[in-house]
Amino acid sequence: MNLIKHHGKIETRASVLAILILITVSIGGLVEIVPLFKIESTIEKVEGVRPYSPLEQVGRNIYIREGCYNCHSQMIRPFRDEAERYGHYSLAAESMYDHPFQWGSKRTGPDLARVGGKYSNDWHVAHMVDPRAVVPESIMPGYHFLLEREVGYHDIAEHLRTLGIVGVPYTEEMIESAAADLRDQATPDADYDGLLARYPKAVVGDLDGRPNEVTEMDAVIAYLQILGRMVDFTDIRTEDILQ
Amino acid sequence: MAAVMTAPVGRALSAYDEDVVRLFTLATVFWGVVGFLVGVVIAFQLAYPVLNLDLEWTSFGRLRPLHTSAVVFAFGGNALLGTSLYVVQRTCRTSLFGGPLLASFLFWGYQLFIVLAATGYVMGVTQSREYAEPEWYVDLWLTVVWVTYLVIFMGTLLKRKEPHIYVANWFYLAFIITIAMLHIVNNLAVPVTFFGIKSYSLFAGVQDALTQWWYGHNAVGFFLTAGFLGMMYYFVPKQANRPVYSYRLSIIHFWALIFLYIWAGPHHLHYTALPDWAQVLGMTFSIMLWMPSWGGMINGLMTLSGAWDKLRTDPVLRFLVVSVAFYGMSTFEGPLMSIRQVNALSHYTDWTIGHVHSGALGWVAFVSFGAVYYLVPRLWQAQRLYSLRLVEWHFWIATLGIVLYITAMWVSGIMQGLMWRSYDSLGFLQYSFVETVAAMHPYYVIRAFGGVLFLSGALIMVYNLIRTMRREIRVEEEPGRVMAGPVPAPAE
Repeated sequence: MNLIKHHGKIETRASVLAILILITVSIGGLVEIVPLFKIESTIEKVEGVRPYSPLEQVGRNIYIREGCYNCHSQMIRPFRDEAERYGHYSLAAESMYDHPFQWGSKRTGPDLARVGGKYSNDWHVAHMVDPRAVVPESIMPGYHFLLEREVGYHDIAEHLRTLGIVGVPYTEEMIESAAADLRDQATPDADYDGLLARYPKAVVGDLDGRPNEVTEMDAVIAYLQILGRMVDFTDIRTEDILQ
Repeated sequence: MAAVMTAPVGRALSAYDEDVVRLFTLATVFWGVVGFLVGVVIAFQLAYPVLNLDLEWTSFGRLRPLHTSAVVFAFGGNALLGTSLYVVQRTCRTSLFGGPLLASFLFWGYQLFIVLAATGYVMGVTQSREYAEPEWYVDLWLTVVWVTYLVIFMGTLLKRKEPHIYVANWFYLAFIITIAMLHIVNNLAVPVTFFGIKSYSLFAGVQDALTQWWYGHNAVGFFLTAGFLGMMYYFVPKQANRPVYSYRLSIIHFWALIFLYIWAGPHHLHYTALPDWAQVLGMTFSIMLWMPSWGGMINGLMTLSGAWDKLRTDPVLRFLVVSVAFYGMSTFEGPLMSIRQVNALSHYTDWTIGHVHSGALGWVAFVSFGAVYYLVPRLWQAQRLYSLRLVEWHFWIATLGIVLYITAMWVSGIMQGLMWRSYDSLGFLQYSFVETVAAMHPYYVIRAFGGVLFLSGALIMVYNLIRTMRREIRVEEEPGRVMAGPVPAPAE
């Protein structure tokens, strides 16, 4: 038969086989992924999305280190029940500075895309130290060690600079004041004006009940408390987002 | 009955490089047990959270990547590398390109990758990209090892003494090439410092999500499917002693499978902020993928035409054939779950976990067990396996484990999905999130016991293989002959 005869030309030449395989498996990815970088409507134009503050970024790195994404998504789907449970459905714009993305794939625990502002800092501390002390049915591991460990931030400027290389719009001013911003955000009664001008809506103060140290708990809480709060949805109608 | 005979057989000199295949076989079994064990531990952690011990190194978040990588890359990877090097030599009738030295670099280099990745997870070193968690320096090392693998495999194909390249090698080659492409693109990242471990991914948000799931789904498609189909195309015909059912079908389903699979990634991102056009493309190709998947299943199963009776007497063949049946089942379930309306219910729930395990335990692990049972007597010059009875025990205990696992996850997944979206008569959400977590408990216990059974089966295999490697033979009644007695004569 013809098919078998023609295929004989391929399966008797290893390099032809290899090249045809490479071409065949390249097409799908090229068609699906490349346009995402080119089509402007992929990311909605909304106000408010900003780079993470240094402390938030450190908290985000701890969130990744502990594998929180294994059980918590950060991607609310446009369903009635999800809107009522978690809030407005997630926009692509809201994770445009997330290197890497944290949309997740499993909800062993609830979605965290809009957890910011839902619980007090004290609740978060109690919950992460001993989840079952505040939610008896919870199956989350305890993270008391976050409270005991101080954040080392000698290289925070390097982290911001690297994020700048991959496309996060950190300014020179942000990079220069990174170490000070990191410390101030978790320090009670510091001068927050510059910090809040650079990173609007950041939560500041003694986040974890240990005012004299910047702990990993401070960082994680700073991160959780900004999640979903950057975009103000009160005046946004669906028609404004759809493009 | 249980008397032990030792059959002294001298190690015959082989024209093929078999040392490396022996090493990969040992590594497959070792990492399999490790991976299953960690899986059992984290399954119990979900049922009894106290088992997280509140230590950072033993929390679910760090152990889950350890489990997935141990089973996919350490167990599955060693099985694929080992069998591919065995198959390519025999079907090309030549020894490995690069000789034993390059082959042992491949083996030890791959084990180093596994150890670097695993220790990193426990210490919290991760990129958080599912099934691509290792940081940039481990990724670079794996790239070196993988290129070595490609060189050995391609080189062996090029110096083959057979005019045609056997179908199993097409699948292995597609697996090697595509994994290289996926690995490099998905792990593009900029390290913070050259001497540090932390890096930031080149892409962000929606583009990063699609790149990751383009990788993630094709880790399933090419690592866990194409590679293992290569295994099927050698070991099923060999063990059944029948030719492959249809040559034409293998050509069609090979090209269709590798072309269609690569598009399926967006079905992991239904109803997310990924643009709809990409979601619809992903769904469409996922549904089309059903056909070439079943083409492979039919080709594997029908290879037994005229030899179905062997299933009764040969438990090794049973592992291989049931693996193909599980492959058929999970490649039917997959397209179903990729339909957006079904995915709306199944996504984020345990249904996905159950689906993955019907493929990973039923297909990937079973076909690997079959291949290992086939290989060990041949590689260690034993007359036959120590005990076919123990293979039977392994088969039934593992099958029971899988059934408990996937049924528990179907129930818990569908139930949780329904609870999340259910409303009471006043129009309020009926359940708080944590109520749906509490409802999962009995199913998590059942799932964990399913895992214990699967692990127990693997330990029986380890015992059987060790005795086989020592060339011991257990004198026992042949399987399938339990109902010995006069055979009734057919009616005239």
